[in-house]
Amino acid sequence: MKTASLKRFLPSQNILAILPPYLWLVICLLVPFFIVLKISFAESTFGIPPYSSLIDIKEGVIRLAFHLEGYILLLTDSIFVGAYLNSLKMAAVTTICCILIGYPMAYHIARSSPKTRNLLMLAVILPFWTSLLLRVYAWVGILRNEGLLNNFLLWTGVIDTPLEIYRTDLAVYIGLVYSYLPFFILPLYTNLIKLDQRLLDAAYDLGAKPWQAFLKITLPLSKPGVIAGAMLVFIPSVGEYVIPELLGGTNTYMIGRVMWDQYFTDANWPVAAAVAIAMILLLLVPLAVFQYNQSKETEAQ
Amino acid sequence: MSEVRHPAPVDNIDEFVKLVDVVKIFGDTVAVKSVNLSVRRNEIFALLGSSGCGKSTLLRMLAGFEQPTSGQILLDGVDIAGIAPYKRPVNMMFQSYALFPHMTVEDNVAFGLKQEGIARNEIHDRVFAALDLVQMAAYSRRKPGQLSGGQQQRVALARSLVKRPKLLLLDEPMSALDKQIRQKTQIELVKILDQVGVTCIMVTHDQEEAMTMANRLAVMTDGQIVQCGTPHDVYTFPNSQFVASFIGSTNIFTGRIVVDEPDHVLIESDELMRPMYVNHGVSEPLGMEIFVSIRPEQIRVLRDQPEDETNVGHGMVTHLAWMGSYALYQIRLDSGKVIEASVPSIKLAQEDAPGVDDEVYITWEPDSGTVLPS
Amino acid sequence: MTKQSVFFKWFFLGIGFLFLYIPILSLIVFSFNDSALASSWSGFSLRWYKSLFEDQALLSAAWLSLKIAVLTATAAVFIGTWAGYVLVRKGHFKGIGLYIGMLNAPLVIPDVILGIALLLMIVEIRNITGFPASNGIFTIWLGHVTLCVAYVSVVIASRVRELDRSLEEAALDLGATPLKVFFSITLPLIAPALVAAWLLAFTLSLDDVVIASFLNGPGFTTLPIEVFSRVRLGIKPEVNALATLFIVLVGAFVIIANHLQTGNTKNESNNDLRP
Repeated sequence: MKTASLKRFLPSQNILAILPPYLWLVICLLVPFFIVLKISFAESTFGIPPYSSLIDIKEGVIRLAFHLEGYILLLTDSIFVGAYLNSLKMAAVTTICCILIGYPMAYHIARSSPKTRNLLMLAVILPFWTSLLLRVYAWVGILRNEGLLNNFLLWTGVIDTPLEIYRTDLAVYIGLVYSYLPFFILPLYTNLIKLDQRLLDAAYDLGAKPWQAFLKITLPLSKPGVIAGAMLVFIPSVGEYVIPELLGGTNTYMIGRVMWDQYFTDANWPVAAAVAIAMILLLLVPLAVFQYNQSKETEAQ
Repeated sequence: MSEVRHPAPVDNIDEFVKLVDVVKIFGDTVAVKSVNLSVRRNEIFALLGSSGCGKSTLLRMLAGFEQPTSGQILLDGVDIAGIAPYKRPVNMMFQSYALFPHMTVEDNVAFGLKQEGIARNEIHDRVFAALDLVQMAAYSRRKPGQLSGGQQQRVALARSLVKRPKLLLLDEPMSALDKQIRQKTQIELVKILDQVGVTCIMVTHDQEEAMTMANRLAVMTDGQIVQCGTPHDVYTFPNSQFVASFIGSTNIFTGRIVVDEPDHVLIESDELMRPMYVNHGVSEPLGMEIFVSIRPEQIRVLRDQPEDETNVGHGMVTHLAWMGSYALYQIRLDSGKVIEASVPSIKLAQEDAPGVDDEVYITWEPDSGTVLPS
Repeated sequence: MTKQSVFFKWFFLGIGFLFLYIPILSLIVFSFNDSALASSWSGFSLRWYKSLFEDQALLSAAWLSLKIAVLTATAAVFIGTWAGYVLVRKGHFKGIGLYIGMLNAPLVIPDVILGIALLLMIVEIRNITGFPASNGIFTIWLGHVTLCVAYVSVVIASRVRELDRSLEEAALDLGATPLKVFFSITLPLIAPALVAAWLLAFTLSLDDVVIASFLNGPGFTTLPIEVFSRVRLGIKPEVNALATLFIVLVGAFVIIANHLQTGNTKNESNNDLRP
């Protein structure tokens, strides 16, 4: 029997297994990021592509041109600053609403019997499988002045004139919470069902009232689930485009819309790139929180 | 290509499996600290220890799932330490049996043979020969989910034997079974292994299991082997307090050597009424502190003071547990030390046996005590 | 549970589910509304379904989206399964932090960033190599796969984590090479997760507006882009009809799939050791 060496079994086998997905990720995620970074330092020009090259070689001289106009514009033009702040604000409010609505839902579903909770979670997940775009569109029909909600309120006599919700910030909030609620419930639910009921039983046995047991045991233990869910809501909300575009007013400025306009309407690629980079920087802290939370969870498993 | 069992060279019989200075370090932890071990051909050898002692790591190194940080693992003269698990003539029966849930019993057992590229009908014959051996041939079409724990174990055994490995590894073979069927299964398993004639190393934390099944065993703790020998030798002549208390239960008395003769020693102890008499010489010098281990079944419990000059203690019965075939006395000696004595039920019925709160004397034979060096 | 807590439980759940489902119901109801306005009910009608099936633009966009979705899902499952399996089984290799970061990124990063990043990269590559000559199915597919690999890897990784490691070790022990182990043991046992991941990727691709917009080319319109451009301007009852069909299809599918899966997990739990 031939003796296979130690080396044959370990590193090369592993490298062969790890390399392809790693390469894919580097090519499709890391490289684009650096290219966006590069273009954010370019100058908007006419032509294809509509931006300048950073490195210019003419007559034996290498010229490196970093244009900072894009970033300066971001910092000085109130539209951008306003949009960033507004996005952060809207994302934060959305996250809080999702927590307030989603936590009790997840909690009660997790506390139900296995059969019930499977059905309930199915009911939570089901909308997710139907198109988000279509469901946000549904809110247009509900929130319009002649929409379902106003008709209902008028019909019951609660109001006399239609409420102006469509094309306002409120409509965007409703749309955001609506879209991201399942994203909050799911990780939290996964966390809550792992909670050992016996811990609570032990607490009751020792004399704790239900609300005390909740505050001292359930809540702290569900923290990783809450963080995961909150980040899954907050981070994408900041850069949302579709929902503010469909439901928001002309002064509902979210940074996703701004970036879209820079690219599609103004064809100003460098500024669009700068907006993207700034967005990523803005989100670095929540991203780090999310990553840290996830790696702790996978280690715990 | 199927493995052909060729007879081992003569010098390999006693050291069919040989671990030489095997060390395993995980990051900062030393799981196995330089283990040396020899296992004879066709022997059933047990690695006994509590969890965390390193026995499972050792087993995994034998199987090939871990590589030793240093040292050699010789199987039939060949160092297998660097060989991948799928290329070793070693097979393992896992603690959870690890039967493939999506395959039938027959396919499970045939899996290993299929990897060798053996002809279909030979596979079929060997699979059913193995299933007959464990009396599971009738279940060949079932899936593991449809079997009981004991049945799954038998299929797992058949699966690991069908490839005729040079070495069979058992990982806590009885841990998943109910206590009642354990002993019967242990004996059955040994019979099958003897019938097949395979070298076997098993890992367990259950010393009764090791004592029942193994020809020889090694007690492990903290990454090292502390004693190796037949069950009888390890039980009767433990080489340390640890082994003495680990295998079976025991009472350990402390004392100083006051008489040191080639053929006997006297040990003065504060814990007992009379000095201890041991009927052989010891290597420790006069005046040295020493430990003596006396098993509960070696202690006699008496109402009246015995006439012996040595090996006597006095105390009060604090607890009496009726265990069925024997009774377990818990006695607090005058010195405060608590000891255990077990008395066969028959004896209890015959004599006027002491009960709880009774004053009693304890005594034992001169050859009962084992001197422990540490 | 006390009566009070039962009340609260169903109160919260009720409000939550009402919130989740009213839009869906309104879509369905008004797809049958004879009037073009969603404001009042003017009678039951199937006219919007009729015009839906005569709407060439929508139909060809739908067909394109379906094609892309199938291609995306298949590629994403291939790459994502590989990525997720490696993450769980090859635990600690150098650069794993970056690996995890990149793998999770599309889950949280806003779509617009992903869209523009991929577009700019494709443009740069086109600058240098001339390929791909123009944006179209290939570029959209690339963008969707990049997005979906993250989701697939999460689903697969969580399934592989649950898988008893000793099953794979037993297969190795019996003489199977690691590759053989993956295909004869791991893959069959995680197959349901692969199906779920495929469907997830399919859905995500079918629904994406932003990334497809960035990576779109002339002459190509995906269904979401087409729908989006229409509903930006207001209510379009044909879209309601489309939505209803979609919801009914997906709803039936999810319910059937769930039924099958709970049947499967019942079988799996019988594999637990019984005394």
